[in-house]
Amino acid sequence: MKKTVFLGALTVAGLAAGASAAATLDDVKARGKLNCGVTTGLVGFAAPDANGVWEGFDVAVCRAVAAAVLGDGNAVEFVPTTGKTRFTALASGEIDMLARNTTWTFSRDTDLKFDFVGVNYYDGQGFLVPKSLGVSSAKELDGATVCIQTGTTTELNLADFFRANNISYEPVPIETNAEGQQQYLAGACDTYTTDASGLASTRAAFENPTDHVILPEIISKEPLGPLVRHGDNDWGDIVRWTFYALVAAEEMGITSANIGELSAAPGANPEINRILGTEGELGAMIGLDNEWAKRAISVGGNYGEIFEKNIGEKTPIGLARGLNAQWTQGGIMYAPPFR
Amino acid sequence: MSRDQFAFVRKHMLPEAPPPATQTGAIKWLRENLFSSPGNALLTIVSAYVVFQIVISATPWFLNGVWDSPSLSACREILDGKTGACFAVLSERWNQLLFGFKYPSELYWRPGLAFLLLFIAAAPVLFGKIFPRKMLIFTGLYPFVAYWLIWGGSLMVPIFALLGVLVGAFVYRRMVTVNAGIAVIVAFVAALVFWILSGYVTAPMENVLAIEAVASRDMGGFMINLMLGVVCVSLSLPLGILLALGRQSSMPIIKWICVVFIEFIRGVPLITLLFVANVVLAYFLPPGTNFDLILRVIIMITMFSSAYIAEVIRGGLAALPRGQYEAADSLGLDYAQAMQLIILPQALKISIPGIVNVAVGLFKDTTLVSVISMFDIVGMIRGPILASSEWNGVYWELFGFACVLFFITCYGISQYSQWLERQLRTDHR
Repeated sequence: MKKTVFLGALTVAGLAAGASAAATLDDVKARGKLNCGVTTGLVGFAAPDANGVWEGFDVAVCRAVAAAVLGDGNAVEFVPTTGKTRFTALASGEIDMLARNTTWTFSRDTDLKFDFVGVNYYDGQGFLVPKSLGVSSAKELDGATVCIQTGTTTELNLADFFRANNISYEPVPIETNAEGQQQYLAGACDTYTTDASGLASTRAAFENPTDHVILPEIISKEPLGPLVRHGDNDWGDIVRWTFYALVAAEEMGITSANIGELSAAPGANPEINRILGTEGELGAMIGLDNEWAKRAISVGGNYGEIFEKNIGEKTPIGLARGLNAQWTQGGIMYAPPFR
Repeated sequence: MSRDQFAFVRKHMLPEAPPPATQTGAIKWLRENLFSSPGNALLTIVSAYVVFQIVISATPWFLNGVWDSPSLSACREILDGKTGACFAVLSERWNQLLFGFKYPSELYWRPGLAFLLLFIAAAPVLFGKIFPRKMLIFTGLYPFVAYWLIWGGSLMVPIFALLGVLVGAFVYRRMVTVNAGIAVIVAFVAALVFWILSGYVTAPMENVLAIEAVASRDMGGFMINLMLGVVCVSLSLPLGILLALGRQSSMPIIKWICVVFIEFIRGVPLITLLFVANVVLAYFLPPGTNFDLILRVIIMITMFSSAYIAEVIRGGLAALPRGQYEAADSLGLDYAQAMQLIILPQALKISIPGIVNVAVGLFKDTTLVSVISMFDIVGMIRGPILASSEWNGVYWELFGFACVLFFITCYGISQYSQWLERQLRTDHR
């Protein structure tokens, strides 16, 4: 009897959680802060600096959404999450959105009941080799010893890749990225394989980064993107289109430098006008005012500027745009039309 | 036989000669302890060689250490190929390592002061014979003072919390003549009612005597480890005693509650309890309820360590000869008096090494909170500091620093417990 009462109370609490989560936009506005889940620290993607200010590629998405909804890119409560706590934090309503280099997979989208609103970084598994090895393609790695994290999808991808190309390899199992870094530098393996962005940041920490290269082959798909809970599509739309506004801004040539000028009066390009709210009523359709996208872009610039500032080729991480270039530049970053 | 038949006769006593060189001082010590047999001599030489190698290779790393540099790459430029540590990460991120990255920097003096006051508060408890008993009043006030200093906010909150404790104590005094067990329960309920009611009073007085408030989310660094360690050890000791006594109780319900609690908690890993505190509770509590994360973690760690301490104390209780219990009964003491005056002082003395063992282990286990995304010192190192583009790749210096902090604290605890054991030794061994 007592047990049923207890379970009943839990159910009611659960229902209350579900019901109040339905209008995330109202909650965020009432709170005056966006609760955004980020990683506890990943070079270039999210980390607090010496003054405790969060910076990074994923952080920029949070700030853009906060600027679009609340008008202030700093109105964000960054909630650090680990790989283990991130999904429960989002599902329980502790955070409004998660921007934490999370791979978009079938089961996460469906079974875990989340909505991935887009892909802000197309990652994939790559290979790091010393220049002295004289290898320019992963297909030349026949007979190589490979440092590989055990129990991950990277292990399976590696086996598939080598079998498909009919070459052999010898795995050196490791547990963590730090261990992989040490083993690779100590010469325990010819090449180290994990996600390409991870390889880049690992290489950036080396004493002589230029002695090592990341091979051009990418052998798996790891689309990383921000996500929200199932069930509040209006909120999902806001996050999705804020992100696409950043991507479209780069395509249209809207930068943090010229946005003031472009938004002052309607210009010749009608799509720019619609994005910046000088023409049409796009903002009202997602429950915001017409300058939402202008504010989102003003915070950190367009997608390309955010990329260059945090993880681009001029930073120590030095990632090339590759797949993440605009579709007009040979990449697959492609924002649907704003109309 | 006349005297001159002898070539030499000693006329004086010889002065005392010093013992042979092999039987005294350093040489004797060396012979006895390091070179007493060929096998030991060999081991000594090999170990000396290993120690020498370690010192030789580690010394330049320490001596060439760079203390002032903005980033790891700058460090490497300064070292210019030489072996050397980059201690600059410690000096640049010193405050973050101690206080976390969000605690307002102009308020660092508050947790610092709370830390200093901790020694004053702990002194009369730890060294009862040396410090006056009146200092215990400050010890009683300390939790409220420390809470106010670290979290800030209105002074009314800790004051009303203190008043609640006083109400409980008053009720207990009144009721204890009736029955000690009932008195404890009634006093607890009275304090609880007072706290709930005072919530309505303090809410509108948010700004009365207020200092700047700091949210639990903003705390981090070694401060969290110390807070969790101190609070959980001091809470779990009395709880553990109650559980141990409850487990030996002749009242079946109390006995079974204690047995089930202890066995359940001991059968579950601490990290699971922490995940429950962080993740599962978030599902059960209605959204918007602000059930403080640090409070949740404190409850879980306290439950965990009190179960262990209960078993340690049960060992102490079991070690007492039955005659002690019978002697207490024959003097006409009731249960509370017998426990307080005869059984517990002896049982606790036996349990000291075990309790200290649990306390040291608990203090080190506080680093586990880094897996539930709290930024204790290990969380700070693994997360923000190693993930910054300046310091990515500095491992030895940071983790070495964390080791030093923990070693100092744990070694201090262990030395204190040994001193205490010597103080309490009453037998003639």
